[in-house]
Amino acid sequence: MTHRSRVKAVAGGGVLLAAFLTVLLLPGFVSDFRASELAYVAIYAIAILGLSIVTGFSGQISLGHGAFMAIGGYTTAILVADHGVTDLWTIPVAGVVSGVAGLLLGVPALRLTGLHLALATFAIAVAFPSVLKKAEGVTGGSQGINLFGVEGLTGAIAGVDVFGRHLTFNEWLYYLSWSIFAVLGVSAWLLLRGRTGRALRAVRDSHVAATSVGINPAAYKTAAFGLSAFYAGVAGSLFAIATSFVNPATFPVALSLTLLVGAVVGGLGSLWGVIAGAVFVQFLPIWIGKLPEIEALPASVREIANEPGIPSVAYGAAVILVLLLLPGGAAGVVRKLRTGL
Amino acid sequence: MADFLQQVVSGLATGGIYASLALAIVLIHRATRVVNFAQGEMAMVTTYVAWTLIDHGVSYWLSFVLTLALAFVGGVLVHQAVMRPFQDAPVVTAVMVTIGLFILLNGLAAWIWSSEVKAFPSAFSTRPIDVGGVVFSLQDLGVIAVSLGVVAGLFALFRFTKAGLALRAAAFNPATSRLAGVPVGRMLAAGWGLAAVLGAVSGMMVAPSVFLDPNMMRPVLLYALAAAVLGGLDSPLGALVAGLLLGVLLNLLGAYVDFVGTDLRLPVALAIILAVLLVRPAGLFGSVAARRV
Amino acid sequence: MTALLEVDGLTGSYGSFTALHGITLAVQEGEMVAILGANGAGKTTTLRTVSGTIPRRGRIAFGGRDIGRLPPDRIARLGVAHAPEGRGTVAELTVMENLRLGAYSRPARAFRDDLQRVAAYFPWMERRGGQQAGTLSGGEQQMLALGRALMLRPRLLMLDEPSLGLAPIVVQDLYRIVRTLNREEGLAVLTVEQNAMLALESATRAYVLEGGRVALEGSSAELRGNESVRRSYLGY
Repeated sequence: MTHRSRVKAVAGGGVLLAAFLTVLLLPGFVSDFRASELAYVAIYAIAILGLSIVTGFSGQISLGHGAFMAIGGYTTAILVADHGVTDLWTIPVAGVVSGVAGLLLGVPALRLTGLHLALATFAIAVAFPSVLKKAEGVTGGSQGINLFGVEGLTGAIAGVDVFGRHLTFNEWLYYLSWSIFAVLGVSAWLLLRGRTGRALRAVRDSHVAATSVGINPAAYKTAAFGLSAFYAGVAGSLFAIATSFVNPATFPVALSLTLLVGAVVGGLGSLWGVIAGAVFVQFLPIWIGKLPEIEALPASVREIANEPGIPSVAYGAAVILVLLLLPGGAAGVVRKLRTGL
Repeated sequence: MADFLQQVVSGLATGGIYASLALAIVLIHRATRVVNFAQGEMAMVTTYVAWTLIDHGVSYWLSFVLTLALAFVGGVLVHQAVMRPFQDAPVVTAVMVTIGLFILLNGLAAWIWSSEVKAFPSAFSTRPIDVGGVVFSLQDLGVIAVSLGVVAGLFALFRFTKAGLALRAAAFNPATSRLAGVPVGRMLAAGWGLAAVLGAVSGMMVAPSVFLDPNMMRPVLLYALAAAVLGGLDSPLGALVAGLLLGVLLNLLGAYVDFVGTDLRLPVALAIILAVLLVRPAGLFGSVAARRV
Repeated sequence: MTALLEVDGLTGSYGSFTALHGITLAVQEGEMVAILGANGAGKTTTLRTVSGTIPRRGRIAFGGRDIGRLPPDRIARLGVAHAPEGRGTVAELTVMENLRLGAYSRPARAFRDDLQRVAAYFPWMERRGGQQAGTLSGGEQQMLALGRALMLRPRLLMLDEPSLGLAPIVVQDLYRIVRTLNREEGLAVLTVEQNAMLALESATRAYVLEGGRVALEGSSAELRGNESVRRSYLGY
């Protein structure tokens, strides 16, 4: 190991340790409510990570990852509410169910161009709530499934004791979500920096070249889509636990689009970008809601900040501006996508 | 039989609405290879503009015409301000931009007009008229007439005018068109304007039955995408025929197949999109023959 | 006398690759000029810089007016008709629509006369006006590209490798028409041609490009007599 790379490794380790400590200790400094908001950041981060795997590594976009979250969320809700399974055990199951759905869609998706996949996944996002509504026998129709007060939901009422420390439900949710994000994030990082990542990038950049060095592009692309859906399913499962309730309106088109907003703003690809995107998605409406309290701002800005629709305007504008202006976040996407098409 | 005919006619009315929006999507896709996911939201915003005019006492038809004019201007502005910088970007990036536009316009409408559901007047009475034992609603016939009238006007523009020829040429072959003196950038902007006009028609025609709210065009957009895909994404004629067919099909399914009812119309559209993209991405109407307007 | 087209110190590039390194050439009113050179010498690039389809630097004056910064459609409307390599018709449109497209910058009332003039050279175009351009033979498409360019009523016609891939008899036909246009109607022509023999027979003057620079220039007769031109481009 050279001196320079050793310094780099130590610095990298330091940053990771600092991040770990921040996440570990943060709930001690913030309100219970803020802990739940931060838990949602981790949940979004998991889903956005999944989305980044498809986009960053196969050059395609999915506008329907909210539907995979729905599959994961409903899997958890049904298992917990109807079959008495403890919520923790349903999380991997939800990921697998959603991942299998992703694999099933991934096979036909191989034949689609980037634009056609966007169309197909958008259609899924729009139509999926109707499917959920219609499958009343399993999903409870428009009524949905309530988890609050159900036995399998850990700590909803009394909180949880972990390693001798008492955690409120929101704190528990926070640690649960961030732990899972850490595990999935590190796995994705390990997976994608090695041989598999190189293979996927090769597939994205050139189908022919990849095939000629013995990579099977179809298998890799399908696997990427399945893995991506697995992540979304896990996120959906946590989402269901966090809201303690699912119905078709829990997973609207807007959710799918919000994930894309996070992915675009985060720049697609790096773990830090994914967290940044998730923070943006979760906190932008909250920050905008706080604007009226800032006296330094002109009255007109403070007045409109609380109007309905303003967060959406900001989301939409952010997507367009990031794609237009940010070479780090978006030009990276552009560079990746250019060869992907 | 009489009932069946009624269902077909009212299916044609909704089909005309889908066809207008599908045509808007096809116009832009043909010229830029981008599917404008914000087309429905653009239509929704223009419909709010029409509502505002009518609310201020402007007569329906004057509002209608003014709205079409404003829609054209709005479409051109959207192209110049938002889409033009992405002209040379990869298609997927441009698609993401249209998603950004989708979210932005949705928020904008909620901000300006609030999310409260509003009633939108219809130009036609809902009075039924009896044609030899078959009862049609005047509303349905009016919607068919307006949608198809606008579409026919557009076809005439493309077919018989110099500007229309330049629009088509710029879409097919920008390089050669430029060498022939056609300002291609301006043509693309005009294409966005025309697409916005078509969207405005679909919005104003659908609003009386679904009521006006920021999310009203979501289902219509999905049906329009299904029609556009079914028609091959590049074929205006294909989009028109597929839109009408889809309207009739969904109406008949809803009326005669209990399982589908009104709940499963969106999933049916989804199934159509998936099936066509997977089995026959060129659409039902081929590509070469149908590509010409 | 100012020339119709004056190019001075022109460079043209594709992205980061520079294909022209400062060339200087001129075309007088009513003159027919050829550009010769090997593949990659910068012949096609020269025409593209003039018609404005690629980024360029240097002085380009057309009819005394600086066109170096104008977009291609404006340059076309000033009367520069460029029939690019590889046809230059819109395959999806019909023959007649291509001709109408060519007339885009002309007043509507001039169309009938312009069409008659073009149809005098290419009678089949009127007969088969409804046929889709993409279904024409290679030779016919080249003719249509020329017809489309003429509909602009250009003051300068730029042809890029019109003979490429065409049967000799079709090439003869095409050049006969171009010569007629030049001699009888006084249309200035700038043509890029791989077939040096053919070019030097038709043109009054020629430029020989090598590696993006003008290596030689002179009247066709001079160049035909030049030892190195004979060896490199005429092959005898």
